Amino acid sequence: MGEIKLMKGNEALAEAMIREGCDAYFGYPITPQSEVLEYLSIDAHKRTGMVVLQSESEVSAINMVYGAAAAGKRVMTTSSSPGMSLMQEGISYIASAELPCVLANVMRGGPGLGTIQPSQGDYFQSVKGGGHGDYHMIVLAPSSVQEMVNYVGLGFELAEKYRTPVMLLADGAIGQMMEKVELPDQKPRKTVFPDWATTGKIAGKPRRYITSLNIKPEEMEKINHILQNKYAEITKNEVRYVTKNIEDAEYIFTGFGLGARICTKAMEIAREKGYKVGMIRPQTVWPFPTEIYNKTSKNLKGILCVEMNAGQMVEDVKLSVNGQCPVEFYGRTGGMLPSPDEIIEKFEECFIKGGK
Amino acid sequence: MSNFNSDIISPENLVYKKPSTLTDTPLHYCPGCGHGTVHKLLMEVIEEMGIQNDTIGVAPVGCSVFAYHYMDVDMQEAAHGRACAVATGIKRCFPERYVFTYQGDGDLAAIGTAETIHAANRGENILTIFINNGIYGMTSGQMAPTTLEGMVTTTSPHGRNVKEQGYPLKISDLIAPLPGVAYVTRQSVHKPANVRKLKKAIKQGLEYQKKGLGYCMIEVVSNCPSNLKISALEANKFVENEMLPFYPLGDIKVPEVK
Amino acid sequence: MTEEAIFAGFGGQGVLSMGMMLAYAGMIENKEVCWMPSYGPEMRGGTANCTIIVSDKPVSSPIVSTYDSVVALNQPSLEKFESKVKPGGVIIIEKSTVPVLPTRTDITTYVVNGNEEALKLKNLKVLNMIILGAFLAARKTVSPENLVKALYKALPERHHKLIPLNEEAIRIGMNFIK
Ligand SMILES: Cc1ncc(C[n+]2csc(CCOP(=O)(O)OP(=O)(O)O)c2C)c(N)n1
Ligand code: SF4
Repeated sequence: MGEIKLMKGNEALAEAMIREGCDAYFGYPITPQSEVLEYLSIDAHKRTGMVVLQSESEVSAINMVYGAAAAGKRVMTTSSSPGMSLMQEGISYIASAELPCVLANVMRGGPGLGTIQPSQGDYFQSVKGGGHGDYHMIVLAPSSVQEMVNYVGLGFELAEKYRTPVMLLADGAIGQMMEKVELPDQKPRKTVFPDWATTGKIAGKPRRYITSLNIKPEEMEKINHILQNKYAEITKNEVRYVTKNIEDAEYIFTGFGLGARICTKAMEIAREKGYKVGMIRPQTVWPFPTEIYNKTSKNLKGILCVEMNAGQMVEDVKLSVNGQCPVEFYGRTGGMLPSPDEIIEKFEECFIKGGK
Repeated sequence: MSNFNSDIISPENLVYKKPSTLTDTPLHYCPGCGHGTVHKLLMEVIEEMGIQNDTIGVAPVGCSVFAYHYMDVDMQEAAHGRACAVATGIKRCFPERYVFTYQGDGDLAAIGTAETIHAANRGENILTIFINNGIYGMTSGQMAPTTLEGMVTTTSPHGRNVKEQGYPLKISDLIAPLPGVAYVTRQSVHKPANVRKLKKAIKQGLEYQKKGLGYCMIEVVSNCPSNLKISALEANKFVENEMLPFYPLGDIKVPEVK
Repeated sequence: MTEEAIFAGFGGQGVLSMGMMLAYAGMIENKEVCWMPSYGPEMRGGTANCTIIVSDKPVSSPIVSTYDSVVALNQPSLEKFESKVKPGGVIIIEKSTVPVLPTRTDITTYVVNGNEEALKLKNLKVLNMIILGAFLAARKTVSPENLVKALYKALPERHHKLIPLNEEAIRIGMNFIK
């Protein structure tokens, strides 16, 4: 058993970063995730020697990540929605150059400057590729402070296995709330670096270079094929999700992150009221757990997807269900949170009173 | 209400009056914060110059992002750091209007450095009011590019270590030599005499703009009592004793022809 | 056992830290806990609240529609949360800051003379511990001993000398509930 602590999501994320042997963190303050940089500024460097640097903007933070990742280091940045938007160019370059790194978006309500309250409005941006070009990141959706911790380690593992950026898609509530967490033991920082990393030319070996440029279209298409094959591989191997009560379920509530936690509460209330409701919660929103939705929906009377946005993941749910059962949506936007009662009300309106 | 006031306060005894160019919305700034004073001065000048309807302001993200609630002129809110680019867009389309930006140090000298320097270098005919409080106010006290050496903030909890975190940036001195820049001055609001000087400088800046002399910047050395976790009075002492030795007051560049 | 509570009041009254201490105490009792604050610049002098859930089971959602108990340290908080108390639930209010009492009859209201007692202890900052004492007596969510243990665990060493005063405050608060 690791050390148990009561921690804020943002602080737990930062602590996990230190313990997972992260070499460098670059970030810029933005509410509701500034605690990450603040926490690391206290003594992370003293504890493991890791680099902690406040950049002058998110544009520079993500490019610092590019540099450190291309030099083979374990590197992270975190931000919240408006800052993540600024990072999209860099992420596209990182994906194209196949650089491992972990990013976290502690989402807040948008669009624009919006609000600092929690939201899930950046699902499309994260999952469908917010920057230019055909790329994906692995997107993990933590729904608890514990998962904020676990996904840092998992994130680095996947990032390094597939040479790809990994995103933790959290929200302001998970960043700000405190829960009990079990922390991993301190891991040593890496001492060996991958062959491709530009750590300085090794005598007698060819120089290495990192680029996302390939001016000849036939060459660039080859790069695209390599990326797409990798994405197919990830889709085959890395889908993660949790289900609850789906064995006898007539209905499914679904959502990711905090939305899924609220759904769980709503499911408990629905069960008390005698409705056979189950839950599916994707832990990876890319790759999306298409299979489980497809398989379960054959025997369902309906699915209610709940998100803290105007309806984003629900599109992937519908694609997965492929018309086998009705899929309805309930969401709140702009930093407002759906409540369990509202979910029940929507559920009864869609599936019970309407008699669908 | 105004009748009532004039009943008891005869005009010659009036000590303080809110300019008509400020709205009735109460300011949300913390007690003792310099933002309120600068808002009032800027709006007084606009009132006195009679340019309320000819002025367009830009306030990007920072504690003053809600300036549009208070300043009774047409205003635009801009993304963090982008005020000078937004103002360029306005001024190029409306060269006859007075255009100002109102920016914090994080906004102007960290994330918005490129926009600031290039607007200055293009000689955009705009006035930038630059509030240097040495800290990120809105996001609760992180290090700003202007944070002094050794100063404690939430992201420099052991004091700013210039070897690791860079040196405090005197952006006004940096842009002053650019040929597109007409006027750069550094003022403060920590004492009544300084408040009066700042007001003059703002007027000066807008007059230069009218003449089309180029980019003007007024740096205001200000404070942030809330995030320094000190009283308003102590914050003004901090300005006097810590900030001003590093950020000395006075004109840094004035136009040659008047 | 599951307690879903919300503590609300003005920023500066210590509602957030009071919730945090309850969460710490819950953790000491090996319970599952979740503390979720309101956050942001509106907290400067504005209203603040936190949801605290202490349970024997894993906490499903930090967002709930109704509460077992509400602590209101100002009038706007009472107005906002009175209707969200579950029937049979509890409201605890501070006498001097909440002049207008709840109107619901299907819940129990406790009025705690917190500010006056804090004044007697010559430290207004212990208001939150007086209220938390009353809360524990009314709800028995955790034991007062474990709350004191939580103070030792959560507060930095340099504040430990203030803990006996806080213990006193907790005890005074508990005496309000009969
Ligand atoms: C792209 C982006 N990154 C970060 C933020 C968060 N943010 C808001 S204001 C601010 C800095 C405020 O400091 P400053 O410009 O010095 O103004 P002050 O609040 O001190 O007046 C930051 C980092 C944001 N809104 N947008
Ligand atoms: S936080 Fe600082 S800069 Fe912002 S209003 Fe308060 S004192 Fe002024």
